[in-house]
Amino acid sequence: METKNIMIVGVGGQGSLLASKLLGHLLLMQGYDVKVSEVHGMSQRGGSVVTYVRYGDKVYSPVIDRGEADYIVSFEILEAARWLPYLRKDGQIVTNLQQIDPMPVITGAAQYPADLAEKLKASGARVDAIDCLALAEQAGSAKAVNLVLLGRLSHYFDLPDQAWQEAIEAIVPARFLELNKRAFELGRNA
Amino acid sequence: MEQCPNHHPELMLGNKAVARGLYEAGVCFISSYPGTPSTEITEEAAKYDEIYCEWAPNEKVAMESAFGASLAGRRAFCAQKHVGLNVAADPLYTMSYTGVNAGFVIGVADDAGMHSSQNEQDSRHHAIAAKVPMIEPSDSAEALEFTRLAYDLSEQFDTPVLLKMCTRVAHSQSIVTCGERSVPDRPYVKDIGKYVMMPGNAKRRHPIVEARTKALTEYAETSPLNRVEMGGTDIGIITASTSYQYVKEVFGDSVSVLKLGMTNPLPEKLIRDFAAKVKKLYVVEELDPIIENHVRALGIPVTGKEMLPMVDEFSQNLIAAAFGREPGSTYSIAETVPARPPVMCAGCPHRGMFYTLRKNNCTVLGDIGCYTLGAVPPLGAIEMTLCMGASIGAVHGFNKVRGPESERKTVAVIGDSTFMHSGMTGLANVAYNQSNSTIIIVDNSITGMTGHQQNPTTGYNIKGDPAGKIDLEALCRAMGFERVRVVDPYNLEECDRVLKEELAAEAPSIIISRRPCALLKYVKHNPPLTVNPDKCIGCKSCMRIGCPAISMHGKKAHVDSTLCVGCNVCSQLCRAGAFESGKTDH
Repeated sequence: METKNIMIVGVGGQGSLLASKLLGHLLLMQGYDVKVSEVHGMSQRGGSVVTYVRYGDKVYSPVIDRGEADYIVSFEILEAARWLPYLRKDGQIVTNLQQIDPMPVITGAAQYPADLAEKLKASGARVDAIDCLALAEQAGSAKAVNLVLLGRLSHYFDLPDQAWQEAIEAIVPARFLELNKRAFELGRNA
Repeated sequence: MEQCPNHHPELMLGNKAVARGLYEAGVCFISSYPGTPSTEITEEAAKYDEIYCEWAPNEKVAMESAFGASLAGRRAFCAQKHVGLNVAADPLYTMSYTGVNAGFVIGVADDAGMHSSQNEQDSRHHAIAAKVPMIEPSDSAEALEFTRLAYDLSEQFDTPVLLKMCTRVAHSQSIVTCGERSVPDRPYVKDIGKYVMMPGNAKRRHPIVEARTKALTEYAETSPLNRVEMGGTDIGIITASTSYQYVKEVFGDSVSVLKLGMTNPLPEKLIRDFAAKVKKLYVVEELDPIIENHVRALGIPVTGKEMLPMVDEFSQNLIAAAFGREPGSTYSIAETVPARPPVMCAGCPHRGMFYTLRKNNCTVLGDIGCYTLGAVPPLGAIEMTLCMGASIGAVHGFNKVRGPESERKTVAVIGDSTFMHSGMTGLANVAYNQSNSTIIIVDNSITGMTGHQQNPTTGYNIKGDPAGKIDLEALCRAMGFERVRVVDPYNLEECDRVLKEELAAEAPSIIISRRPCALLKYVKHNPPLTVNPDKCIGCKSCMRIGCPAISMHGKKAHVDSTLCVGCNVCSQLCRAGAFESGKTDH
């Protein structure tokens, strides 16, 4: 199989690490070669962060380049817009509608663009934009946004529900399992 | 703790795979100083009870400690980022002469692209200059395998071995299968001629170093670290490290590849033979043209930096474009997407001090750490950052030539871990040569930027167990500073008053701005603040501190309750009293 590419993007501190860990485990269990690449250090301090997940028969590069992502999973909608050029033709964006102002917006040096979900769709890209924060809170914690997003992403994968459930059980700590499974379901059925 | 005990393939971070390799190679001693992207090697190794691990005050001390362990007959390791190897260069260059007893491997992690670094230097220069072998894995499986092999090389050739990582190998997970641990033990034997590097002995050791390089070059010709992957013969590419992955991604088997896992010393015959088999030869390497220059020196025509950059990291598209291939098509929107630079976290204890420095129009010479973000708008307080510890050296020189007027407004700002790393010697210079400099130690009681490592001022070791604790105030006084003040950076009035007093003082002084990092698990937070919109007059005074939790909603300030930790720095700036404490039951 040709290598497939998933980008997970968001704001440093939003918890994309669990999402990439879970996807890595899930894909490894399906027998794929997998690479997961993340960046540590300064950008984690509230900066724009990106994690690359690649899988297939044989994966070489650990990174995803412009025009290569089959999926962009975004924790914040401005970040979906930032990384849009990385989406390949007919790729799929799954994004949280949440807005987090970056410092240039906070200081007034820049404007947060309005109506981003509509603009992303108008670009011709396939965009699935949902309010993950509300669903996460409905599941029991604002911190479960990552599982809501993964639930939504699972929609686009030809994998049995059982495979996702096993990956969640393998990665999520036991005391948060029920909450996270709820969040996954809410995302999957949103 | 046993990791991957069943020896099933698993996804493993490159740095963790190095740690696993250290475990399997029977390493008994690791001493490192944290630095992105090298930090997780030592953190992961510390999870094995069989390996003694520690954070040293700096890379030089770490390397010397590990050398001592090797000398004593146990396999040893130290890790650092690229710039850390500069700090440890002094022992490295002479350890090349002494050689080792038990195997000694030195991890160095380069940061092409400068994801979290102040420069983009290429560590291979150190390997060449110090005349020690360097090996470079290109994924996690190689990271584990090469680490094990490095110890055999170290003992076989009696040399320290540099294990070079880069951000994309260090911080990528790929599949590895683990093996077993075995621990060799070599006796310590007194050998003054080998281990005491005074001129007479060093003169006898240098020819041994040159002979060793020759022997290592022979080894490189047939080493399993270097391999030829023949494919199409129109194009032949010599490459190493993560660049190999990009080359394979772009070309697959349509070209032939000479993949070098050992980048010092470089083979000659292997390269000549490979070059003879292909029509056109290229070198694809990040940063400096080291392999390329070697190939040119052999008189072999080659293309490299004419078509590939010397700056920044590579990617598959970059290499494809260099070879004239079009990237895949994509989507775009006609919208300016505002940048999202890293910022000081909500509740960061550094914020109050930088606000105070800016307010007092100070000239701030900064240092390396999270607090370097004090240079970013709207705080924009720091005017210089160079390397670990440089703030104190620089403030002394700055004040010596600019005199009393400068001494009343110029300060050095340095973190607690950076101060222990290389601030103390700068402090000795200020105390000894007497400039009336003001040095601010921003003590957040942890090594922050690299992800919360303990240091000699925190009282805990790498495993989180109680350890020796250096008293910063007592240390500064012992070094001759009579004026040592401690302030709470959450208290703006106190910061302002003490800063003014110390700048005015006709003596060198220290201000310790002390409060633990807001991200530390043991730090208890206040409930988030709220803004009373009836009181807020929209003056934006609170926006001057650059807190990511505060933004303007229309003409009123708004606090993001998911980010705010109730530090109350903003409320001290509000003339209208619009900030209100959240409910304690929140």
